[in-house]
Amino acid sequence: MLGVIRHKTVRPTFSAFRHFSSSTKQQMTVRDALNSALDEEMSADPKVFLMGEEVGEYQGAYKISKGLLEKYGPERVLDTPITEAGFTGIGVGAAYYGLKPVVEFMTFNFSMQAIDHIINSAAKSNYMSAGQISVPIVFRGPNGAAAGVGAQHSHCYASWYGSCPGLKVLAPYSSEDARGLLKAAIRDPDPVIFLENELLYGESFPVSAEVLDSSFCLPIGKAKIEREGKDVTITAFSKMVGYALKAAEILAKEGISAEVINLRSIRPLDRSTINASVRKTNRLVTVEEGFPQHGVGAEICTSVIEESFGYLDAPVERIAGADVPMPYAANLERLAVPQIEDIVRAAKRACHRSVPMAATA
Amino acid sequence: MSLAFDMMRKSSTILTHLKSKKINFFSPSTALLSPQRNPILTNRFNSTTAHIPFTSNPIHDQHVIDFPGGNVKFIPEMRFIPESSQDRIPCYRVLDHNGEQIFGTDFVQVSEDVAVKMYSNMVTLQTMDNIFYEAQRQGRISFYVTTVGEEAINIASAAALSMDDVIFPQYREQGALLWRGFTLQEFANQCFSNKFDNGKGRQMPAHYGSNKLNYMTVASTVATQIPHAVGAAYSLKMDKKDACAVTYFGDGGSSEGDFHAGLNFAAVMEAPVIFICRNNGWAISTPTSDQFRSDGIVVKGQAYGVRSIRVDGNDALAIYSAVQAARQMAVSEERPILIEALTYRVGHHSTSDDSTKYRPANEIEWWRLARDPVARLRKWIERNGWWNDMAESELRNNLRHQLLRTIQVAESVEKPPLADMFSDVYDVPPSNLCEQMKWLKETVKKHPREYPTNISM
Repeated sequence: MLGVIRHKTVRPTFSAFRHFSSSTKQQMTVRDALNSALDEEMSADPKVFLMGEEVGEYQGAYKISKGLLEKYGPERVLDTPITEAGFTGIGVGAAYYGLKPVVEFMTFNFSMQAIDHIINSAAKSNYMSAGQISVPIVFRGPNGAAAGVGAQHSHCYASWYGSCPGLKVLAPYSSEDARGLLKAAIRDPDPVIFLENELLYGESFPVSAEVLDSSFCLPIGKAKIEREGKDVTITAFSKMVGYALKAAEILAKEGISAEVINLRSIRPLDRSTINASVRKTNRLVTVEEGFPQHGVGAEICTSVIEESFGYLDAPVERIAGADVPMPYAANLERLAVPQIEDIVRAAKRACHRSVPMAATA
Repeated sequence: MSLAFDMMRKSSTILTHLKSKKINFFSPSTALLSPQRNPILTNRFNSTTAHIPFTSNPIHDQHVIDFPGGNVKFIPEMRFIPESSQDRIPCYRVLDHNGEQIFGTDFVQVSEDVAVKMYSNMVTLQTMDNIFYEAQRQGRISFYVTTVGEEAINIASAAALSMDDVIFPQYREQGALLWRGFTLQEFANQCFSNKFDNGKGRQMPAHYGSNKLNYMTVASTVATQIPHAVGAAYSLKMDKKDACAVTYFGDGGSSEGDFHAGLNFAAVMEAPVIFICRNNGWAISTPTSDQFRSDGIVVKGQAYGVRSIRVDGNDALAIYSAVQAARQMAVSEERPILIEALTYRVGHHSTSDDSTKYRPANEIEWWRLARDPVARLRKWIERNGWWNDMAESELRNNLRHQLLRTIQVAESVEKPPLADMFSDVYDVPPSNLCEQMKWLKETVKKHPREYPTNISM
């Protein structure tokens, strides 16, 4: 209830906060953070425009584009026909010749319809044209598991897009991330995949005056240490950062000090922050909702093996979604995605606080 | 600025009109969900336009239905639309097969300068294709595609455009780039991927591109250029430029989803774009009868609300006139235009196939000899007294000489430097690529005998 009241007092644009003192931390939902970032970037640069299914009249399937049609008109907030390959290709073409499109997918699962334009057209054109044609475009929308929406709405594409040179891949967790990274993505001259999470849209996070300022922007390729610790490093992105932080609280009560790294950027990956942390804690747990094989965790593990092998005191623990398409039934769905307890158990295993898995079998 | 706002308001009103009707027509119960009736849904359905009331037109209700998009007549007969019309869509042309101007033709006058330049470019294209093709057969380059039989579409369409118009080619339109001023040496440098290739040796031969000449880099993926052209056209429209986007594709490309998405989006977005389909009868080995059962491509325009024309693709004057008219309409009326040019791919699809294996040799010969677009234009300019045998042999001799020299030069120039492998993946190279480049350079320096000698550091 408190959350609801708090939410209602928050407004989508940052200007409402201007009169608060800079030391006061306000609350803002991820939805409002994304909306205000879009609003500010559209206002700052007339070349930025938004296109996708239902983004205008309906204000976005998840209301991220609320109020933008009214403010910027139908030439800059485009409701498109229902053809992902169409509006993605058109967005890429518009980016080739001067505009900065923000393309919304209703979910990243549907971006598979448009994969040719994202990979073959957007990611490769700057290179293939020898730097003559850049593609300043942002593809954004909810990615990964939500709740009760089955296999074709729950897939995490972080590692898919993360494997493709030419793309930058961002995954915000908090409102600060959402604002700072989306603004960075829109201003960036390269194509950016911006992976949001449906379940985080309504969540509120404290935001500082600096974050609310229209000039606020986060660097692409830099991870954030959300919580410092000395015994074990936990890497996570998007919703799993919240889980990792909760796991760290539980671990703290048991005397284990966990360092939580919010990756923020999947590509480029902040290998130096991860390795520096592992060299300090000597233990690593990677967490993601996507599938384990060739996942983000696999890449992080490789980086640590390559650069910090001698520092590891325990095998790297990898927490990922189950290696199956997402089941619909709630009980099975819960089992298919990482839970806070999974992270706690893995961290303890890494810290040798529990019986090794083999011994329990 | 105020004009822009007026236009925006206008289009918004049209949108409003259609949308409000659509909502009311399809679901009369929408009223129950209106913000006034259901406060819970206030935010969810908070539309900028849905409050505009629906007005029915009782006078016509008996005979027509006022449906989104306009009135539709009611009829008592159950009438299916036939799958094709009795007569095929006719084809516009200016010159007959003998290069004689057909009496009473409606066409754009072409000056002597433009006509001779068009012809010379067509001959240049033909000669360049022959020599590069031979170079591939000699193993000097890995791949090539010729435009043989389609020289008129290449050159005459480019001649009818303005330099500000942005071209999104398939891969058989090097003539358009030639017209715009890409030099023979530049073509050769690309095919031989040497260090002067403006594409830095990154693409297969004949995948040219030039930002300076508003010619988008060729993509090997079929038809992806169609939606890109629509997007670029939208960009030109937003910037209020006096220019359009132009995209080329073949009969095979029209089967890709991108063709359909592109036409539909162009119509909906009112984008100034010209779609030029080179219907040359063959998609590698697939004849058009296995590609579609419609009357070619031209009829598809109407289905998407796109104005269309069918043109004789081997008649340079017809192509020139149609493209110029299309350009005028596209730019001044902000609308897409579809042009289907009927032609024939006289060459193989590329150097990777032998087309005599899948189509009759006499069919190829007939088109090559009896329907040659280059010979047809030559007859017309000769008839006008603008060209003669002497000019012809001089041009052809010079070109052959020049092209042979060009490929010798391109071949002798060194290959791109090692750094070209790593640049342009991103606007600014990321640290991991910088590191990889550094390591590679150090390794090559340390073990020079293990690496090819033609890598410039």
